[in-house]
This record gives sequence, structure tokens and C-alpha cells, in this order.
Amino acid sequence: MENKLGRTLPADVMEQLQLTPFQTTEIGNPEVQRTAPQVRLSTGNDKVTNDLKKIIQENVHDGMTISFHHHFRNGDFVFNQVMKIIMELGIKNLTLAPSSLTGVMNDVAIEAIKQGTVTAITTSGMRGSLGDAVSHGLLAKPVIFRSHGGRARAIENGEIKIDVAFLGVPNADRCGNANGSYGDEAFGSLGYALMDANYANKVVLLTDNLVDYPNTPASIKQTQVDYVVEVDQVGDPDKIGSGATRFTKDPKNLKIANLVSDVITNSSYFKDGFSFQTGSGGAALAVTRYLRAAMEASNIHASFGLGGITNPMVELLEAGLIDKLMDVQDFDKVAAQSMKNNLNQQEIDASWYADPDNKAAMVDQLDVSILSALEIDTDFNVNVLTGADGIIRGAVGGHQDAATAKLTIICTPLVRGRIPSVVKSANTVVTPGSSVDVLVTERGIAVNPQRPDLLAQLQNVPGLQIYSIDELAELAQQIVGTEAPLEFTDRTVALVEYRDGSIIDAIKQRKD
Amino acid sequence: MVFKQDRLRRTMMFVPGNNAGMLKDAGIYGADSIMFDLEDAVSLAEKDSARTLVYEALKTVDYGDTELVVRVNGLDTEFVKADVLAMVKAGIDVIRIPKTENAAMIKEMESLVAEAEQRFGRPVGSTHIMAAIESAEGVLNVPAIAKASERMIGVALSAEDYTTDLQTHRYPDGKELEFARNMIIHAARAAHISAFDTVYTDVDNTQGLIDETEYIHQLGYDGKSVINPRQIPVINSVFEPTEAQVKNAQNVIAAIERAHQAGSGVISMNGQMVDRPVVLRAERVMKLAQASGIVDKEGHYIGK
Repeated sequence: MENKLGRTLPADVMEQLQLTPFQTTEIGNPEVQRTAPQVRLSTGNDKVTNDLKKIIQENVHDGMTISFHHHFRNGDFVFNQVMKIIMELGIKNLTLAPSSLTGVMNDVAIEAIKQGTVTAITTSGMRGSLGDAVSHGLLAKPVIFRSHGGRARAIENGEIKIDVAFLGVPNADRCGNANGSYGDEAFGSLGYALMDANYANKVVLLTDNLVDYPNTPASIKQTQVDYVVEVDQVGDPDKIGSGATRFTKDPKNLKIANLVSDVITNSSYFKDGFSFQTGSGGAALAVTRYLRAAMEASNIHASFGLGGITNPMVELLEAGLIDKLMDVQDFDKVAAQSMKNNLNQQEIDASWYADPDNKAAMVDQLDVSILSALEIDTDFNVNVLTGADGIIRGAVGGHQDAATAKLTIICTPLVRGRIPSVVKSANTVVTPGSSVDVLVTERGIAVNPQRPDLLAQLQNVPGLQIYSIDELAELAQQIVGTEAPLEFTDRTVALVEYRDGSIIDAIKQRKD
Repeated sequence: MVFKQDRLRRTMMFVPGNNAGMLKDAGIYGADSIMFDLEDAVSLAEKDSARTLVYEALKTVDYGDTELVVRVNGLDTEFVKADVLAMVKAGIDVIRIPKTENAAMIKEMESLVAEAEQRFGRPVGSTHIMAAIESAEGVLNVPAIAKASERMIGVALSAEDYTTDLQTHRYPDGKELEFARNMIIHAARAAHISAFDTVYTDVDNTQGLIDETEYIHQLGYDGKSVINPRQIPVINSVFEPTEAQVKNAQNVIAAIERAHQAGSGVISMNGQMVDRPVVLRAERVMKLAQASGIVDKEGHYIGK
């Protein structure tokens, strides 16, 4: 079976899981039904405990779906604590449905799969040893990869039905009012975890910082929380995020960033009140610097900045160049601190951010998004999930969601070492080319032929070398040569959902 | 053939000859000239492999219109002959002689280059030469060095070795380089070739680079050597003409056209005669404006 992009999908798995192949990026105006969680009634006086094992024993049973958030990133202590107890208790056949999986969770996740504790996973991404193990067939059922908006949609419509959510927080009161802003492990926005808090049948907060009741501001509310478990530590503050995200000094990334800024400022979208989102990668982040200079020079300010927030975005907010930051997660301590202190930096949940099945998500209002890529094919389809070796080593993140912006720019070096980034056919397609408008590499740019209007705006800009994407793919191949094709078995190890829930691609088991 | 004073040489970027990744990407940063280094950046053990690497890069990588220069090993080394043979074979634009002390060294290189051109069937005279001045002796001999060969396209100050030779070191205000800078620019202009200033080594100090570039721009230098691609747009911005300069140059060029159309040998503008230096300056301003991206293809001023 092939979908609209010509990606081969496993007919048997698709039928078994009752999945539909990707058709279009258009969402339309259908009416959809949302679900609601079960509620165990409480007056709030019986929630606090330090017996995590007892809570798990009483609430987690074979076959359930459990979830975690990844706001602690590589400083997370919650996932491993909880999963080790679950394994100890001999609980089996769980579906793991975290917002994403970070490297610090890999060893325990692999062990849980080996023991049969975890038999299914849906996540935004995975990397390192876990990605490698899954790509080699460790998990019997295919992993379902979803974007942040896609996960929010699946939780709201019941495709992901979370039985128990284990949510680490840097502070909570005895009834479960909590936020991400205060405490040693403060990380700022709880954007992804707010979905779990709202829709899981049972919500278990883990914290090492029990504060006086009532705790405000309450991002997670006592109305949502079943238990507050006191633990020694929820995370390592030094590994949650850097102090302040620094601009790259890599000249190639700076060159790419400068070209991206040229594309934006010469497009019709660069006008007072525009909005934008940048990724957290080196080049995408550095765009902010060049954009700032252009905004100041042209006396243009932005109405909002969206998505994962970093120090450079906060600087624009503080300089009065952006009115509002709409914040689903904070990548550094400056951004986290700023959400606490600045009324113009609004915490948003993943649904508000990017869920397509919505009465309008923020991404629907987005003018410009700047995103990265591991690979982009000559139809502008983007891979951010598998490496050149066909191994899972990335995350969908908000890529598909932010790519719905009016001007979506993919920035990537043409080649990385000996690996081409612009290719005839990508190993995996995550974001459809129809939602991508411009590719920027250090050698020049390519405009999606769907956008003759953009081509007209950009073709006379001095210093902006415009190629067709086929020319860029050929240039990449001239530099690195032609690689031997990767070999895969017939077994599907993962399916990639588009944000609407249709299947945009399948990832096969790697044959070594 | 574009060489000698016709060519913009605002930046000459140093690229270590033993770094494959940097060789591959050297063309993307907009340097007017790229200087592949086989000399100081390459350890003795890597001399042969770096030479082969640069040779292959020159044969395979498309560097567009960039002027390609190679700094070969010194004339007193065992490597120089093989360096020159390989680079001429690969079709290099310019051979840079390190530590040039006198005109005889230029003559010596000239014969090596001529021999290589003949051996590999390259057009005679197609390989140019430039001299790096790195000592007191070199500075005192620079007028003769600059005029030593028809192949000469430029002289460059290399301040690290030079200040050591003077028994001083580099200061932020650059006063220790005043004599050398003035000697070199005069020698270059008298010989109608280009003058390159030394590198600015404090890569993170943008203001310092701007100040130094403004100074050498004022002296009349064509440009500077750079060790980091991030310095290129900074230097280019110093060489970028102002709107008034562009408008004036456009008027001069329009006056030339009018004179041509009228079949007149005398060019006048606003009632004044336009003489040759004014024409040359106007042409250079327009070239700089094109390279700075502040005029469109037809030469209309569009600003930044």
C-alpha cells in the first residue's frame, strides 16, 4: 500500500490497527468528539504520600497505558524511578505514552521492553541506544511516532487513553496544585504535561518540593490530581537545560542563518505584527540574531513568538520587538525564568499550541516557521526521525505542526561530513513537502515550485543564490558520491503519524 | 583574465591545507580570495598528504569565481618544488611565497612556476605570484619585490613574524606596523598590484576588527587576510560604499556613456571635466557596490 506521497506502508499492519494512509495536510472543518477522564472523588486530604511503590501497586495493572512528560529532558529522575518499581512489581504489557523519550531514559526503557513490562510505545521521539534497539526489532509492536500536536489530538479523542500519568514537578502543594516555575528543578512551561494532567484517568505528581497550600500559579490544578508523591529528587538541575542558549559560532550555521533571515525579510510576510517560530538547532536559533537586526532597521515588530522558547527569543521580548511569547516549553533557564516573571510570556498546552482537531491552534495563526532537517527529498518532504543509517535517532517534535505556517523554511547544511541532507528519496518522511516552502542550505536556497509567488519575491535578492531542489540534491551527490542503498527487513518497527492521525510513513527493521 | 588591480580583494581567507572539511566548504563564505595553506598550518608529517588534499580539492570542488591562492612552503625547503608542480598542475591562480626577503626570491619562484607551466601544458604566464612580507629585510626591499615579475599580483603583510623580527609584538593600536603598512601600500601602488593587510587574530572582537579594517581602508589597502569566515562580512561592510558614493559613481558612468554616444573623448559632468582617476574610482565603487549587494543587476541603488 502506498500513501499520497508514494511511501510504502505495510497493508497488514495498517488493517490490523485500522489506520488510514496520509492524504493531505488540509484539516477542514469536521466535527469531532473529545473524551473525558474517569475521576476518583476526593476532598484532597488523602493525596500526599512518600510510598511510590504502594501508589504504583494500587493503580498500575497489566495492559494499561502510562505516561510521562519530557520537560526535565536529560536531567529526568522520574521515569527511571517509576519504571524500576513497575518492573520490580512484575507488571506486564504496558503501553508507554510519554510526550517524548530522552537519552537518560534509554537503559531503563530497553530493560522494560526486554522484560515484557513495556510492549507498546507511542512517543514524539527516541535517540541513542533505544532508537538503535527499536530499529533492530526489540519491540514486537510498531512504535507510533506522533507530533506534539498529534499527541494532543490523540489524547483528546481517546486514541491515546492514559490510565496513569506520572508527572514530575519542581513544586506542588498537598492537593496537587503545581507549576514548572519554582524549585531547584524549575523548567518553565509544563505545556506537554498539561495534556496528561487533563485527560489521564489517574494523575500522580512526583515532587521533591512540597509547598504550602494553595500553591499558585497553578498550571496543574488540584482538580486533576489523584496523588502527590514526595521523592528525594525529581531531576538534575544541571542537565535540564543550559543556563542561556548561546548563539552558534560555527561559520556554516551562521551563513545558513543569515540566508534564512534574508528569505524572511524579503518575503511578503515580513511586516509589522508578523509571528514566527524557530527550532532550537544551531542555525535556526542564530536566525533570531539576524532577524533582530532586520526588525530594528525596518522598525518592524512581531505579534508573537511560538513554541520552544530560548534566551534569544526572550531578549526580543524584552527589547519590545515581540509582543508575546506563547510558550509550550523552555529550552534554557533564562526562558524558564522569564515565563515566571513576564506576563507577556504565556504558558500554553500542547493542544493550544498545535492540535489540529481544535477550534484554532496557535500554529494555525503562525506566519513564519524555521525548522531543521536530517534529510529533505526533492519533493521537499522532510525527515527528522531516522539517520542516514536508517536508525531512529530523532523526534517529530512540533515539526509537522509548525510546518503549517504560511512560510515554512527548512534550514540544513547541504551535506554533513559525508552524509547528504538533500536527497532524491528520504529514508523516512515525517513532514510532507506540500507544507514546506523554502529550503535554505549554505550553498543556496530552493523554493517549492508550489510557491511561484515566493520565488518572485526572492529571485532578485542580492546574494541569494536560488537553485531547484534537484540541483541542490545533485550538488550534494557530487560532493559525497552515491551511497549504497540501506537494507531493511520486511518488518515494520515504527509508524509515523501525520498530525491528523493518518500514516505518513513506516520505518522498517534495519538489516545489518 | 581578471587580475592585478581589476579584481576585488577585500578578503583573503586562510584555509589549512590538511583539513578536508574546511577545503570542501571554503567557497561558501564569500571570500574574494581563498588561500590554501601548505606551510605553517601543516605539520612536517602531513606535508605530502596536505599537498595531495589541496590538489584534489582544486580538481573537484567548484569554488566559483573566487581567486584561488596557495601558500607553498618556503623556497629554502625540500617541499617547495613539489608544491609548485602540484598546484600549477591543478590550475591554481596564485602562488604565495612566504617570508619574502628580496626580489631574487620572486625570480626564483618565477622560474619554478614557468617550468611547471611548461611541464603540464598550462598557458605560460597564467599562474600568478604574490609575496608575503614577514621581516624587516622584506619591508625594506618591498618596492623591488613588488616590481620583480610580470606575474606579481600583490604583496601582503604578515605581522606575526614581522613583529617578532622587530623585537616587539602586536599592540591593539597597531603603531608598530605603521612603517611596514605604509611601505607595502606604496610599493604595491607603484607596481600597480594589490596590497593585503595582515590577519586580525582576536576573532571574537568585532569592533577591533572594524577599527583596524577602517584604518587600512583609509591607507588604501585592497583588503585583509582573514582566519575565520565570520570576519568576512565585517570587513566587507567597511569596504561597502555609501549611497552618496554610489550615486556619484553612477553619475560619472552616465557621463562616460553620454560622452561615448556623442563621440567625444572628453567626459564632463556638472560642467567639470572628468579625468581618468575619477573614472577608475567610479568603476571601483560600482564593483564594490555590486559585491556588497547594495545595487541590483542593472546597477540601481537598492540599499541593504
